[in-house]
Amino acid sequence: MTEFEVLEPGLLTTVQDLGRRYHQRFGVPVSGAMDMYASRIVNSLLCNDEQAAVLEITLIGPKLRFKNDSVIALAGADLAPRINGSSVETWKVLKVPANGILTFDGPLRGTRTYLGVPGGIDIPLVMGSRSTYMGARLGGMDGRSLKKGDLLAGSNRESFASPVGTAVPIEYIPVIHENPKVRILLGPQDDAFTENGITTFLSSTYTVSQLSDRVGYRLEGPAIEHKDGADILSDGIPFGAIQVSGNGQPLILMADRGVTGGYTKIGVVITADIWKIAQSLPGDQINFVATDYTDALHAMRDWEKGIREIKESAIGSREEKKNSGLGMRITAEGEHFEVFDGQGIQISTKEDIKGISLQTRRILKATVSGETYNFDIDIEKSA
Amino acid sequence: MNLYDSPRYLSAGDSALVVEFGDSINSKTNNLVNHLMLNIENMRPQGVLDMVPSYRSLMIYYDPLVNSFDELVKDLKGIKGVDNDSSNEQSRMVKIPTLYGGEMGPDLVFVAEHNGISIDEVIKIHSGAEYRVYMLGFSPGFPYLGGMPKSIETPRLSSPRTVIPAGSVGIAEKQTGIYPNASPGGWRLIGQTPIRLFDPETYPPALLRPGDQVQFVPIDQETFDSLQNSNRGN
Repeated sequence: MTEFEVLEPGLLTTVQDLGRRYHQRFGVPVSGAMDMYASRIVNSLLCNDEQAAVLEITLIGPKLRFKNDSVIALAGADLAPRINGSSVETWKVLKVPANGILTFDGPLRGTRTYLGVPGGIDIPLVMGSRSTYMGARLGGMDGRSLKKGDLLAGSNRESFASPVGTAVPIEYIPVIHENPKVRILLGPQDDAFTENGITTFLSSTYTVSQLSDRVGYRLEGPAIEHKDGADILSDGIPFGAIQVSGNGQPLILMADRGVTGGYTKIGVVITADIWKIAQSLPGDQINFVATDYTDALHAMRDWEKGIREIKESAIGSREEKKNSGLGMRITAEGEHFEVFDGQGIQISTKEDIKGISLQTRRILKATVSGETYNFDIDIEKSA
Repeated sequence: MNLYDSPRYLSAGDSALVVEFGDSINSKTNNLVNHLMLNIENMRPQGVLDMVPSYRSLMIYYDPLVNSFDELVKDLKGIKGVDNDSSNEQSRMVKIPTLYGGEMGPDLVFVAEHNGISIDEVIKIHSGAEYRVYMLGFSPGFPYLGGMPKSIETPRLSSPRTVIPAGSVGIAEKQTGIYPNASPGGWRLIGQTPIRLFDPETYPPALLRPGDQVQFVPIDQETFDSLQNSNRGN
């Protein structure tokens, strides 16, 4: 099991999953990972469930100490990770030795990176999700970001994870630009803007302001002109909605957005481009490009295809490992026997168990990945 | 009453759509929103992931790779009751015991002075009205209430308080509301309820739901304390 201690929390490190569904009607924000693509890739690399919780690491990474030999995966921004001082790659499954320390030098490109562990971060569900919503202190680690001394663990044994070294093929690693072109669909209140307003919005460059966080990204640039007023009766706000209030400046609403809002929404960022906002930094310059529904779905399909391929390749590697890896071996009367669990997954340990006679039935104690198990086994030769 | 002849279906990005019934705040429009949500819950059209009811519209989050906008709109149009009036709506009446004034309602005196009436009259007017829950939002469990008498309308504080205790009952312009969680806020606080409006450990986590009728019932300190203690026991 992957267990780790937070030695330093970093700037803002929270537990997130795909978000809290079915509770918006009670006023509860969705939350979840800001960059859904990178967080889903991390889980795919580890053969985790889609809903598994990961750590979202922002700009200045934490310092973590892993108790045992562990497997982790990283994807997202390049925050220059190191394991025991040696530089390691992002978008990859990595091995951390017992007592190993993971650190980050600082952001080289992008804002948020995701750390996954086999089985996902083991933390109680709150309203069906493990995501942290700091605005109301809900979910995650007591509704807050990680702090020094926190102990966290994954919920699966190492042997379920795909082998160390499995990496995302280069064509599926998105390139983070400082000046991204972000595709949007106009609406649902584009009719509240003048023709000039829409042209300004689509032809100007907007700068990400300092007032940008998990709730929303405030942009600065030429004011977008309304027909008559920015107020509407409050209604639902999708992920990536671009709200324009009375000052004409756009605000892109992100994972921790309130469920409803009372300002006109000129457009919504397409799902496949929301990561570009999540990875941007104050000072970055954004250009919006209007696209159509068919293109948005096409981009989404490409995204899903990448995630599916990575998942399949990781599962394939795991199967291979299952068939070839070192298992726990029992040596009885000079012959070696390997041990599999009920699901056919090989149980790994470094030590052989020796000195047992054939044709016996007995309880054995063995330590596997740092945990001690009792085995009730029959030892016999197969035909 | 500004109800559209037929609902508008607006695309809101590639994974959400809005069904809009009208352009004003009234219970008839709001009932249509709540009805559609219940019907979708029962009929379970393909691809629907989540719903957000508001004053006059329902936002539906969906997976477009399962059901596209056009297909989903077709499914929604086929759901009974979408285009029909639903005036036989049964609503719950929820009573909110409230301790007015004192430390719990530091702005009660201001609300009275601002409107040129006595403190007792403010309490009588505020607790004498019936309010409708139109939607929940702003923060978990926060009810948007309609129906406050004009005679106690009061502007917001010019600078918001940094912390308002959970259960605070306040007035802002034409609205009255209850803070379910401790949070910053600029509403004029006139009292506090010992009742919990939001509890993530229970389902549903919010005490109130859209369509409910709400009435504030004045209580004294002793009742407040005993209700608060019995809350803690749960």
